[in-house]
Order: sequence, then structure tokens, then C-alpha cells
Amino acid sequence: MTTLVVAEHDNASIKGATLNTVTAAAQCGGEVHVLVAGSNAAGAAQAAAQIAGVTKVLHADGVQFAHGLAENVAAQVLAVASAYSHILFPATASGKNIAPRVAAKLDVAQVSDITKIDSPDTFERPIYAGNAIATVQSSDKVKVLTVRTTGFDPAAASGGSAAVESTTAAADNGKSSFVGAEIAKNDRPELTAAKIIVSGGRALGSSDKFNEVLTPLADKLGAALGASRAAVDAGYAPNDWQVGQTGKIVAPQLYIAAGISGAIQHLAGMKDSKVIVAINKDPEAPIFSVADYGLEADLFTAVPELVKAL
Amino acid sequence: MKVLVAVKRVVDYNVKVRIKSDGSGVDIANVKMSMNPFDEIAVEEAVRLKEKGAVTEVIAVSLGVTQCQETLRTAMAIGADRAILVETTEELQPLAVAKLLKALVDKEQPGLVILGKQAIDDDCNQTGQMLAALADLPQATFASKVEIADGAATVTREVDGGLETLKVTLPAVVTTDLRLNEPRYVTLPNIMKAKKKTLEVLKPSDLGVDVTSRLKTLKVSEPPKRSAGIKVADVATLVSKLKTEAKVI
Repeated sequence: MTTLVVAEHDNASIKGATLNTVTAAAQCGGEVHVLVAGSNAAGAAQAAAQIAGVTKVLHADGVQFAHGLAENVAAQVLAVASAYSHILFPATASGKNIAPRVAAKLDVAQVSDITKIDSPDTFERPIYAGNAIATVQSSDKVKVLTVRTTGFDPAAASGGSAAVESTTAAADNGKSSFVGAEIAKNDRPELTAAKIIVSGGRALGSSDKFNEVLTPLADKLGAALGASRAAVDAGYAPNDWQVGQTGKIVAPQLYIAAGISGAIQHLAGMKDSKVIVAINKDPEAPIFSVADYGLEADLFTAVPELVKAL
Repeated sequence: MKVLVAVKRVVDYNVKVRIKSDGSGVDIANVKMSMNPFDEIAVEEAVRLKEKGAVTEVIAVSLGVTQCQETLRTAMAIGADRAILVETTEELQPLAVAKLLKALVDKEQPGLVILGKQAIDDDCNQTGQMLAALADLPQATFASKVEIADGAATVTREVDGGLETLKVTLPAVVTTDLRLNEPRYVTLPNIMKAKKKTLEVLKPSDLGVDVTSRLKTLKVSEPPKRSAGIKVADVATLVSKLKTEAKVI
């Protein structure tokens, strides 16, 4: 029984979500191999070889992998798939894009967003926006899984010494091509990996207010900024800050929700946070039902006061 | 060019679901059901493409129990031209749905298939990608913008760090993200008109697809409850609690 982790990387280094996936892979039993499919990705392959617990890194290089197109990366995974009993992807935009393509070609069901491994064929995963936990058993020969990163601790990024083996790159599928990307520049900690998150909702009222009120608090705490769907839809914050069922799933040490009512879909993305603080002037807001500390106050006065008090 | 849109009947997004006491599943008897919100966005996009003249016919497809006909009528009230229901009482998992859709794609030969990015009940986010794989089509998932020109679709996708734009040759599979569009409200005259549109009913066996489940649900349980929190009187108390009690700052 050997497990393959399909690494998410930017060709030079490995993304954090891969480390959590390696931890999950180790729990499946057997050896853990990592596939790095990229363009000039020797750096990422070297970094993968350092991850504690990894015994082999497969490195496939080709320009067709430069932007992680699902068609090409899936073809590469399928080219090496026959040696593995489990194939794991992080449940990120990239992993979710590729994994079902691999599963369908192997004619196996995929298990999405697993939060716990009970045995090599039995997994737990949240359904209905995290309002229920399903325990599912797979009867397929190969288990294709995506791993919810907040469900598993990250593996140590150093201390491993896996061999890097080059593997033949799968051909370009030719049906899709990368046109461009608009990646938000951000000096803050990455939302999904942050220890503290300051999140704002519709009550902020405008993009200017959102930044003016929440940025000093986030700066003070070294926190990442998040947002509810209402704030994103209203244009107060960029899309990729959205926390919730359809945005990012986070579980920081401290989650501060300012002016967020706490709809089911938002709670789905943050209710595994260790400590939740809610600042809201509506005493009936559902967010208070999950908050460890609730402050019933106008956020425009409470947040600046909080910054001062820290 | 035809567009095929897949729609799913799910528990309404506002319903707080209850778990059956025997842990066999979620109690969905007598709760409000609606079209999956991402699928509404998919239907809206298909209809907008038709209104722009990029598409000639919009076919809505649903798979499941007889009541899915209501979901298809809603799709036709939004503007789909006709509908196909693959009727079965079996539990359909994404792989089976993808295989059924693949059979319909072979039959109808659409230039584009639009699905929601995930259903809000099983939260799988698999079907579109699986269909693309089985039909050997390119995919553009989590779309926030779609433009059709010269036999290709240029699609902007929501990815973790921001946005990414891809070009895929048609036919292709697109899955919708929340920000692709704002679905229109269905009007009464359109609901009446939708009743007259064609709704074809097929069985999985007509399409030659085996829909046996691959995953067995052993149990469904409540997520761990958070212990009750407290309300603090002012900012100073909040800060001291966070420092001394929770020790998170």
C-alpha cells in the first residue's frame, strides 16, 4: 500500500496545504510519495524531498504544467497512478479542480474534503455546510481523496531526505490554455494558514471603511483579513478573502468577526476556529451562538478601542 | 450551439438540517427543497448566452426522483427551452451523475455544458470535473466570467490567490462560482409558459448507465458542539479575557 500526494506548488516552492496533505497521507498507512508536476520545478521537487515522512518524490517537468491546468496535471497523475492505493490532493482550488478528473478516469468515486481518516478505506467529511459529519467507506480499489487542510496538522517542511526521481512528462492535451492571472498582492499571512483572522461583514458599509477600520487591528495582531459573502458581493473586499462554505475554510487560533451576522454558510467556514470573538450591535445575531466572547457594540467604536487597548 | 445545464434539487439553503436519530442520514422529509443556488447561476448564464445570440437552445437536465420535475420547471421558467429528467429513486453519487450526463452529452451533442461548482447538500464539487474527464472535454471550473467566441470559451476562474483566465476549446464543461451572475426572479407568466415546454423523462437503464453507489455512508453524526460562550461588557474585558483566559494574543 503506497500513497501518492499531488503537490500544490508555484514551481519554486511547495504550498503549505501540501504539508497538511502529507500528514493525512501518512495516516493512510504505507509509504508516502509526492508528485511534483511543473515547469522548471526542480526547486519545488527539492522542497518536497525535505518534507518529513516523504520517501520518494516523482518530478515531471514540462511547459504544459506551468499553470497547473487540470487536463495536463490529471494526465500526469494518471500516468503514475497504477502504483498507488491512495491518491491525495489538498482541498484547495487547484486540488478540487484536478482530483475528480483523476477519479473519473480511474472509474472510482472521490471523497471530498476529508477531515479525518478512520481507517485506510473509511473517512469522515462534513456535508450540508458542515452541519453534519458523514462517515463514508469506499469500496474502490484506489481511493482518490481531497484533504481539508484544517483537519490535519502540517508535516514538518524539513528533516526528510527523499530521493527525487524524474518521470516522463505526459503530453499536452491541447484543449485548454492559460491566458493570464490577477493574483492579489498581499503581505499579510495567507488566510488559510493564519493564526489570527480579522473578518468583516456588510456592516462595514464601504471598501474604505473596511480597510480603515479593520486594517489597523489586523496589523496590530499580525492577522490575515477575511470577509463574509455580503462584504465581498458589495465590493468591500476581494473575492479570495471570502470565508465560508463556498469560500475558504479556516481554523485559526483566534477569529474576530466584526459586523458579521453569522449565516449558516459563513459559519461553515470558520466554526472550527479555537477562539471566536464576535463584535456586533445586534444582540440577536446568530454569530453570538458560536462566539466564545461576544461584544455587543458598534464596531466603528469598538474596533478602534480594541486597537488602542492592544 | 446547444447548451446543456445540469440542475439539482436540494434542501433549501436557508434550512437548518436535522440529523436522523439513528444516524442514518439527514432528515429531509417535509423540508423545503429548491434548486441548488449554483445551478440557478448556471441556468441564468446559459439563458444570457442565448439572449446574446451565442447559443440557440438551452436544455436543462436533472437526475433523481419524480419531484425533480419541479426543479426543471423552474429552470424552464428562467428561460431553458426544454428539459430532460433521468428518473430514479436510487441515491446518485457524483460519479453516477457524471456518467449519466456523459450519455446525455453523447446524445444531444451540446457545445457547452454548464454546472454549478458544488451542490450545497453533499458539498462534493466533483460532477463537472468528472463529466469533463469522461467525455474527454476541457474544463473551466469556478467560473466568474464566460465569453464565447470563435469556437472557444474564455473563462475567468476564482482561484485561491485571486483570478485566473483560461481559454478552452468548445465543446467544454464550465462550472459556476457565485459571482458569475445574479439569477433573475421567475415571473408568473414565465412559470405558466414553462408548464407548456417539453419535459422528457428517461431512466438510467435507457442510457445504459450503472448507477450503483461506490461509497457507503456508515453514519451521519452531529458536528461537535461548541461550548457556550459569554458576552463581555466592554473592550477592556475582552482584551483581558483574550490575554489571560484564552491566551490567544
